[in-house]
Amino acid sequence: MSNIIAQTQSPSPSQRLDQEPMIKLRDVSKWYGHFQVLHDVSLDVRKGERVVICGPSGSGKSTLIRCINRLEEHQKGEIIVNGIEMTDNVKNIEKIRRNIGMVFQSFNLFPHLNVLDNLTIGPMLVRHMKKKDAEELAMQFLEKVRIPEQAQKYPLQLSGGQQQRVAIARSLCMQPEIMLFDEPTSALDPEMIKEVLDTMIELADSGMTMICVTHEMGFARTVADNVILMADGKTVESGTPEEFFGNPKNPRTRLFLEQILKH
Amino acid sequence: MTTQSQHAPKMATPLEPVMQFDPNAKVPFAKWVQKHLFTSLWQSLMTLVVAALLLRFAWFVLKWGVIDAVFYTPDPDVCRAAAGACWAVIVEKHRPMLFGLYPYDEHWRLVIMMVVYLSTIVASLMPKLWNFKILIPLWILSVTSIGILMFGGVLGLVYVPTSEWGGLPLTMILFSGTVLIGMPVAVVLALGRRSPMPVARGVSVVFIEALRGVPLITILFVAVNVFPLFLPAGVEVNKLLRITVGIAIFFACYQAEVIRGGLQAIPTGQYEAAASLNMSYWQTTRKIILPQALRISLPAITNHIIAAMKNTSFVIIIGLFDILTATTAVMQDPLWRRYYIEAYLFVAAVYLFFGYALSLYARQVEKWINSGRI
Repeated sequence: MSNIIAQTQSPSPSQRLDQEPMIKLRDVSKWYGHFQVLHDVSLDVRKGERVVICGPSGSGKSTLIRCINRLEEHQKGEIIVNGIEMTDNVKNIEKIRRNIGMVFQSFNLFPHLNVLDNLTIGPMLVRHMKKKDAEELAMQFLEKVRIPEQAQKYPLQLSGGQQQRVAIARSLCMQPEIMLFDEPTSALDPEMIKEVLDTMIELADSGMTMICVTHEMGFARTVADNVILMADGKTVESGTPEEFFGNPKNPRTRLFLEQILKH
Repeated sequence: MTTQSQHAPKMATPLEPVMQFDPNAKVPFAKWVQKHLFTSLWQSLMTLVVAALLLRFAWFVLKWGVIDAVFYTPDPDVCRAAAGACWAVIVEKHRPMLFGLYPYDEHWRLVIMMVVYLSTIVASLMPKLWNFKILIPLWILSVTSIGILMFGGVLGLVYVPTSEWGGLPLTMILFSGTVLIGMPVAVVLALGRRSPMPVARGVSVVFIEALRGVPLITILFVAVNVFPLFLPAGVEVNKLLRITVGIAIFFACYQAEVIRGGLQAIPTGQYEAAASLNMSYWQTTRKIILPQALRISLPAITNHIIAAMKNTSFVIIIGLFDILTATTAVMQDPLWRRYYIEAYLFVAAVYLFFGYALSLYARQVEKWINSGRI
């Protein structure tokens, strides 16, 4: 039942419908020991599409997106990114990760490197860019996230919101086609959430393919092409924001929305 | 965090500063004494007792060490007559104490060697010079010149075999050998112990646990007496080298556990961030994990390095005379043997000097790390 809903594509812009999905999940399952965190989850994400995944904690939403770049290993089903299937093959994992940037809840900046070095280390080590070119690229993205003046500071000298924007810029420096956001604003003070969301909205406007795990329903409403509710490792509801918020099919969605929108 | 102040509109500073709490204000001495030493009757009593004991001890040190002491005399009988310390023993015997069995006429070579050695070390410890283009030539140059000075046999210098090396230069060579060989081994062992590969992990665990489980002296006996039995006939590895490697490996096993502690303190998020940037295991280890782990474990690393400095005195078991053993040997001289306390105090001061210098430097490194300079 659940996978049927997820596979039913939301009526996103028509030109996307005939494209081959950039990310294709088919019946992905994962267990932690005997506990099944993901139950046959299927999901298609097309180029330029913005997907928001929400759901109560422990519903497997973070695990799901972490499977997409192999921070977690799935045990059953298929994950195909840009036509490459995620297997144990290290070459395949590298190829897939090359196209995926990831932003974490706790930023995970490298505390021993200053902001500029945090941004250049990936391009220099992995893409073998020259230091000068990497720094130019880094400054470009720092300007995009509006903190070029912090380039020489260390992560812990910045506010949470600034750190998260640096983390976004760091991922962008690898010039990925897909960005994964794992609760990017959950660790932030309320007044800093906006600056990070603004950055994400700009990114969405630039046409980036995004999957965001978040509880920011305002963001989901304005940005998402497809909003998905996960519960107990299954996708419970999936639809455009209008459908999702206006006319949820599943009682769990209604319950979830009630709880989260009450305040 | 600091955002609030950064986002807040800049306010003009008030023209008249109100009475503010000044954390740097000097507390009057009398007030400090009263607050810290004489708050209660019991505390006042303890203060007085401790002060009396301290003064008594200080007076003893002053009287014995300075007032009644003999600072210079070639004649032990003068010392005999004096009530205080006989520092003259150090003046008289400093050369065999500092240089051991090394031929007397060649001691100037050791003085130059120590100057070269110390300046190389001091230079290598300065962050400004942390550049392989400077350090590699520097080390090649100084190791070569130290080798020439110590061994001789070229440039008209008399050949001195390692069995005649001794004293402070020997201690220095053993110590830096231990650290230079031991640290990389320690890092490899620490990484091995956390490796996802079972073989690497198994080897590291067995190696670390086996060697940590035996006393250093056992390892040295194996290095000196047992190891040669396994070598093919005719092959000989220098005794000094064998014992240096022995101490180094012992050092490495302990240091590996210290570094492992640092590695375990790195949050998984760091590995995940590196993985999501598509960095390889070695790139992640070299650029992300190790720099942080070593910073975290720096105080404990320093601790073991200082301990290693003192473990060098174990070379006594192969009949080499490091500074401590050399002093013991010198104090066999019947004329001066009464003054062993002064001699050992001198050796203690030498160890203290190097040990304290190391710990001061480590503290400086921690400051640099905290201020983000390295």
